[in-house]
Amino acid sequence: MQAQYIGASAIVLDVLWRFWPVWVALLIVMGASFLYKKKLALYGQLFDSGVGIAGVFICLFWLFTAIFASTISPFDPLGQIPIMKDTLPGAIEPQSGLVYLFGGDKLARDVFSRMVYGSQIVLIIAPAATGFALMVGITLGLPAGYYGGKIDSILSFLANLVLAFPVILLFYLLVTPGIMDTPIPYGLAGVFFLFPIIFFSVLFWTRYKNRPDRIYILLGLTLIIGGWIYVGLVFDRDPLKIVHIDPNQLNIFVAVVFASSPGVFRIVRGLVMDIKTRDYVAAAQTRGESPWYIMLWEILPNARGPLIVDACLRIGYTTILLGTLGYFGLGLAPESPDWGTAIKDASRLLRSFIHPALPPTIALMSFVLGLNLLADSLREQSMKD
Amino acid sequence: MFSFIIRRIGTILLTMLCLTLVVFFLVNLEPNLKKLAISQTEMHTSAEQLESWLVNHGYRQNFFVRYGQWLGIVPKQPITDPATGKTTQRFSFCNDPAVPTFSGVIEGDFGCSTKFKTTVAAKLFPALGATGILMFWVLAVMVPVSLLIGILAGMREGSRTDRVLSVASIASTATPEYVSGVIFTVVFASWLGWLNGSAASASQGITFYNFTLPVITLAIYGIGYIARMTRASMVEVMTQQYIRTARLKGLSFKSVVVKHALRNALIAPFTVIMLQFPWLLTGVVIVEVMFRYQGFGYTLVEAAGNNDIDLLLGCSLVSVFIVLITQLISDVGYAFLNPRIRVQ
Repeated sequence: MQAQYIGASAIVLDVLWRFWPVWVALLIVMGASFLYKKKLALYGQLFDSGVGIAGVFICLFWLFTAIFASTISPFDPLGQIPIMKDTLPGAIEPQSGLVYLFGGDKLARDVFSRMVYGSQIVLIIAPAATGFALMVGITLGLPAGYYGGKIDSILSFLANLVLAFPVILLFYLLVTPGIMDTPIPYGLAGVFFLFPIIFFSVLFWTRYKNRPDRIYILLGLTLIIGGWIYVGLVFDRDPLKIVHIDPNQLNIFVAVVFASSPGVFRIVRGLVMDIKTRDYVAAAQTRGESPWYIMLWEILPNARGPLIVDACLRIGYTTILLGTLGYFGLGLAPESPDWGTAIKDASRLLRSFIHPALPPTIALMSFVLGLNLLADSLREQSMKD
Repeated sequence: MFSFIIRRIGTILLTMLCLTLVVFFLVNLEPNLKKLAISQTEMHTSAEQLESWLVNHGYRQNFFVRYGQWLGIVPKQPITDPATGKTTQRFSFCNDPAVPTFSGVIEGDFGCSTKFKTTVAAKLFPALGATGILMFWVLAVMVPVSLLIGILAGMREGSRTDRVLSVASIASTATPEYVSGVIFTVVFASWLGWLNGSAASASQGITFYNFTLPVITLAIYGIGYIARMTRASMVEVMTQQYIRTARLKGLSFKSVVVKHALRNALIAPFTVIMLQFPWLLTGVVIVEVMFRYQGFGYTLVEAAGNNDIDLLLGCSLVSVFIVLITQLISDVGYAFLNPRIRVQ
């Protein structure tokens, strides 16, 4: 049976219509940001330039797409409807009457729904992995830059060791299926996921150690929440069964954090070495503050500008890394709808069909572009003051 | 200066030693050895036969002994038949010694590729040559284009040209190789039919038809980054006093840019281009797999996919060497180009 098709303009209109929750949410957030932009400090200043608005718009677009994925996508991203195999964009699925807006792939799945659901995977793993990489990089970079000497030499050597590894080789070694049988990914996860807990504990301890009313609450909260997430992620033994991560995804997560934390380390180390010569650091030293207080409460807040810019760029870079992993079929499940895997599947068949390849490539490119534009405009704004 | 280079080379050797040890550890994990044994023996072999293959071929010796053998400080042992005491070569297809000999990386023997049934040297060096050609063309496209974009954008900061080119370079940094590769193939190969979507035939002879797509795919990701660095450097130089002096002397804008600004603005991009090599290495792997070009990246993927231990170690040695040596060149070269900087 030949599939029925709808025209090109109908496809465009239908795609725009399917994204309606995103448009509504965008309208609310962007409108509110415009109204109150004077009060929103750095975020508000983004709305002064076209580049900044474009960056915020694209990033929010994908954020809301990930949130409302189940409403937007008409089909199940893994569901196969045999009659729709390799159909061109705009084919009507006879049973439900819904449209395969961007056509079907070689396994007869809806390309549009897969692209929408792919955003969920990317928008969860990329920012979270970047967050952990930041924690690791900051916690190690602060003492390396502040103390210098032996600590610095050892940590810098280790960071350079990881940086000298070509990323792709690292991934092939760390994300092979066999490695899940060994304790290595769990060991690495155990080490990396410890850093946020250490970071926040030290952060609160240095500030409030003489104020028992606050310190016990804050430390207790850090340890309980941190420990809960830690047990859930590393051992998969969350007593409440809320925090859970697939062994596959844990492996990817660890590999990405491992690959990007040395970069953060180097930036933080450089910033600290620059900032520690400032007068306010000398003043804190004269007051007799402890070294970790100075690092966390005097130096770190003053290094936030470049770090925020770097975090934006790094989320984009992590997205690219995730795509690379998907492209080489490492780690993620073969039927997973993430963009890298979709690009891999489609690029093998480019000679016969091009339509399954374009949506994931354009999605990935636009998301990274949005983050880069955001970073660029943040850098511009922070240079102004 | 001399002692600086000696010290750096010492660090490089130490780094290579540590990294190969890590790679050696990872490829010798139990699941990986199992995978190797399964791919090297006939179908449906029993677990005991797999184990005896591993023992026979020396994969069950002490970890550090085997690393020493690969390195060349412990003699490599041939297979000894326990019944007769006769010795045979470990891998006949690459002339392994039949008597215990020191034959490792230090002696210039990179070992034996189990996947390609030949010596690592015979596989790796031709592949490196092929990648070298690719790299040459990539650099020949990437460097002039990115410098030109950077200079044009940085010449007049804030102008319309500047803004357009800046956004274009941001867009190019947001396009990883597997994205641009797909888009270029769709446009130039499937749609327009101008270029070939596969570079498999490039091993026989490079033509514009089969080699353009891999080259531009690989170049585009780097162009944006280098152009942005060049722009930043150019913008900084254009605010210097000597540029103002030259302008006030009445020189034309063109000659100020060409004669006074360019030379000073090109020092920073040199470092950036050198530090771009580690990124290019990842790109090479993606592009060679995508366009089926038989070079270093293709070899690396094959080696990693089949857990070809010696070949993978050879690949990591080469890539780590490239990364570190380009860093050294960038540091030393920077000091040469900019006399205000002293290396120590």
